[in-house]
Amino acid sequence: MTAVLDLTTTTRTSSTLRAENLSAWFGKRKVLERCSLGMAANTVTALIGPSGCGKSTFIRMLNRMHELVPSAQMAGSVYLDDTDIYGGGLTAPEVRREIGMVFQKPNPFPSMSIRQNVLAGLALSGTRTSGHDELVERCLRGAGLWNEVKDRLNDNGAGLSGGQQQRLCIARALALKPKVLLMDEPCSALDPISTRVIEQTIAELAAEVTIVIVTHNMQQAQRVSNTCAFFLVEDYGQPGRIVEFGITTDMFGNPTDQRTADYVSGRFG
Amino acid sequence: MSIFELDNPMLDVPKPRVVERTTGAERVFTFLSSASAMVTLIIVGATLGFLIHDGWPAIRQTGLVNFLTSSSWVADAGIYGVGGLLIGTVLIAFIALSCAVPLSLGMALFINEYAPKRIRFVLVGAVDLLAALPSLIYGIWGLYALSGQASKIARWLSDHAGAIPLFRLTRPDAQLVSSGFIGGVVVAMMITPIITSVARDVMNQVPRELCEGALALGSTKWGMVRTVILPFGRGGIVGASLLGFGRALGETVAVAIIVSFSYKANSHVLERGAGSIASLIFTKFGEAKQGERGGLMAAGLALFVMTFAVSFVARKIVANSEKKAGIV
Amino acid sequence: MSSATDVSTQMNIDSGLTADDPRLDIPRNLGGSQLQNLDGLLLPIVSGIAVSLLARFVLDWDGLMSTVVVAVIAAMAFVWVGTRERSGSLVATNSVVTALVWLSGTVAIGAIVWMLVFVIEKGSKRFGLSYFTHDMAKVGPLDPGGGVLHSIVGTLEQVGIAATFSIPISVLTAVYLHEIRGRISTVVRFIVNAMTGLPSIVSGLVVYALWVSGHGYSGAAAAAALTILMIPTVTRTAEEILRTIPDHYREGALALGAQRWRVVVKVVLPAARSGLITATILGVARAIGETAPVRLTALGTQAFNGNPFKDPQSNLTTFVWDQVRSGNAVQIERAWTGAMVLVVMVLVLFTAARFVSSRGSSSKGR
Repeated sequence: MTAVLDLTTTTRTSSTLRAENLSAWFGKRKVLERCSLGMAANTVTALIGPSGCGKSTFIRMLNRMHELVPSAQMAGSVYLDDTDIYGGGLTAPEVRREIGMVFQKPNPFPSMSIRQNVLAGLALSGTRTSGHDELVERCLRGAGLWNEVKDRLNDNGAGLSGGQQQRLCIARALALKPKVLLMDEPCSALDPISTRVIEQTIAELAAEVTIVIVTHNMQQAQRVSNTCAFFLVEDYGQPGRIVEFGITTDMFGNPTDQRTADYVSGRFG
Repeated sequence: MSIFELDNPMLDVPKPRVVERTTGAERVFTFLSSASAMVTLIIVGATLGFLIHDGWPAIRQTGLVNFLTSSSWVADAGIYGVGGLLIGTVLIAFIALSCAVPLSLGMALFINEYAPKRIRFVLVGAVDLLAALPSLIYGIWGLYALSGQASKIARWLSDHAGAIPLFRLTRPDAQLVSSGFIGGVVVAMMITPIITSVARDVMNQVPRELCEGALALGSTKWGMVRTVILPFGRGGIVGASLLGFGRALGETVAVAIIVSFSYKANSHVLERGAGSIASLIFTKFGEAKQGERGGLMAAGLALFVMTFAVSFVARKIVANSEKKAGIV
Repeated sequence: MSSATDVSTQMNIDSGLTADDPRLDIPRNLGGSQLQNLDGLLLPIVSGIAVSLLARFVLDWDGLMSTVVVAVIAAMAFVWVGTRERSGSLVATNSVVTALVWLSGTVAIGAIVWMLVFVIEKGSKRFGLSYFTHDMAKVGPLDPGGGVLHSIVGTLEQVGIAATFSIPISVLTAVYLHEIRGRISTVVRFIVNAMTGLPSIVSGLVVYALWVSGHGYSGAAAAAALTILMIPTVTRTAEEILRTIPDHYREGALALGAQRWRVVVKVVLPAARSGLITATILGVARAIGETAPVRLTALGTQAFNGNPFKDPQSNLTTFVWDQVRSGNAVQIERAWTGAMVLVVMVLVLFTAARFVSSRGSSSKGR
């Protein structure tokens, strides 16, 4: 029944991500309160909960995108392995090279070809590598897109279907070899077949990167994740909190908190 | 056969539309609007018509080619050459554009991306207000405040940038006031708010997710601007610049106040003396007799055609870039 | 399965903050957005200026322009080199661009402020009640005194007549184009769009040739020229405003059984009201500032002429123009005050337009 998560293992290239007592504000309105979560290396952690509970805000604090909103403020820390990403040692762009993000609405750069899109992250972050062709192929394979686009790498990036665009964005994020990949509802704008392909991709990617995924779809959370965190807002005007977290099968089969049980059985949504 | 039998062929043919009865009020309303549209058409069309009607004889008298290329304007002989003035108009507008576009672009980027949020609102209002200020104000400010400084800049340019033919002087002691260059600089101040306003508007419409996409890849602010915002806003920026160019072409008062008038094209822009078609009309209308008035109308027509062409292209480009943005 | 507080224990870390620490409820200071940070640029910029001043002293230049150019180049070079050492060439480029953008922003703002201060400073010398109550009738060029009464009346009358004609015509034409979409719509729209680009002086020229040369200068002729200018611009803006009114307003009204004219008069126009008022105010502001067409049609006088239909009439812009051209100090002072009055008028109208438009959009709940 109870399982202690062994969060001290580290593996080759990916990393442990630890959020401690994260709180977030937009102006004077507090939207998250004291959220703590450990995301072990090479695991897939799903953040679930009804709309408006702060899941997106939480995930955006993990790669310092939250502070782009002028009125946004935060408290607490996020540790990538042992470094506080909000500490003085790292700048925000440096953090984002290690912790990548895929967004809800696919956003390939319309002024670039498929190939250029994959390599865009390198130019933008000032990373130099050689062997661009191999990198493009490896990332597109990793994103499950290679077979569909290998003959048209120079076509415009925005001309693909929604599901293909999203996989292109995944490939683009992978090109920087991040340690963690954050995904904010990556499939909610896509059709079921594209969703299935991307879920398969996530399963394969977990071997190389730690993945954190926000999802509205509980079945998706059960399909793809190892661990799960349940976010909830008690009432109007209250900040979001993590009510429960743990191994996915346990959360869904045998939740500890009554509210979790209600949510996963669909008694409220 | 009744209509309710399923094999009635009338079921496959569309019924004629019902023409509605209109009440009195509706008819009055439609009449008023149509009449207004008609009045607009008449007023505006007649203006254009008279311009052509009165100007064409003068063009025909001088010969179209002569009209467009020669610089001699001899009213009594019926010769009206605006060649020099056409070049002068374009030259002044061009100088204005080269000063205004970099400044406007920098200002637009500054307002959208770099300025602190609190003063952004004030800046947007200030820019819009400046675009509404009368050109006369720019003209007198340019004359009294800017002329002195600008002629020093002209002196510096002729001393140090003499390699560029545009900046050479005919004589070492040529006068550097009341020149096309200074006129161009003042017109630049006038069109900068317009270009800034339109360019800023277009660049503001870039979808946030594209910007976030670049930043999420670890890009710096300039990287994001270069990869996302500038390509996205390219059409709008070009269109805005052309819009500004069109206004510069038609600018009358500022040029008339600052530049000392001359018929010939003056490629030594730093020197005194230049002319635009608008200042020609402004200076000569009072004493012009019937024939010369026709010449002035012809000049006005030429100016109108020029500004129309530029604005037309500009609007097409801006509309095109907004359409592309909608699809993306 | 675990609650928030167990995470720390399980992960064996010591972050120095227990879960009850009150510091966890206060936002952290992240030092501002580092992508915009100017602090790191201050030193290089100052060094660049210093280098330029030094060069000027040593090499004995005397040009302000040269000093400025060298200062800018040197400052950018220092920014580049300095940042590159610390953070690499990517961030260095970013810093240089940031510095340049701030530079152009400051230059533009500086020019704006300079212009306004200049106008106000020169114009306030003669500002006073007498300026508004006298005209130039018995005042010689070098005499003190005199005022703009005749010009203000002229401006108000001419622009007033022009607005009275052009605004209703323009709005109704816009209604025709967008709501009724009659048969001549394409032609009207095309010609309206074309004529928005008409240089203002050409409008004055046409009225001059057609009317003034035969019947003499008058304020009404100026009003005519202004009308020709206002109609295309106001029509086009009004049509754009009508286009922003969502169709579901119209459909709602039609579904309740309203006829088209009622839909327009009772639903569309009220919804567009604030936008249309703004467009009107801005059109009037532009007309007030027109110089060339007015000069060609009403010429301008020294004395008061309250009748716009006969005889030349002064206008604020013509007044400023004439005084400025005269070349003597007294006239020029008067001109500056007139210019300041113009600026204040446009400023007031503009602020009114913004106020109306912001109230309009807030009442719609946007």
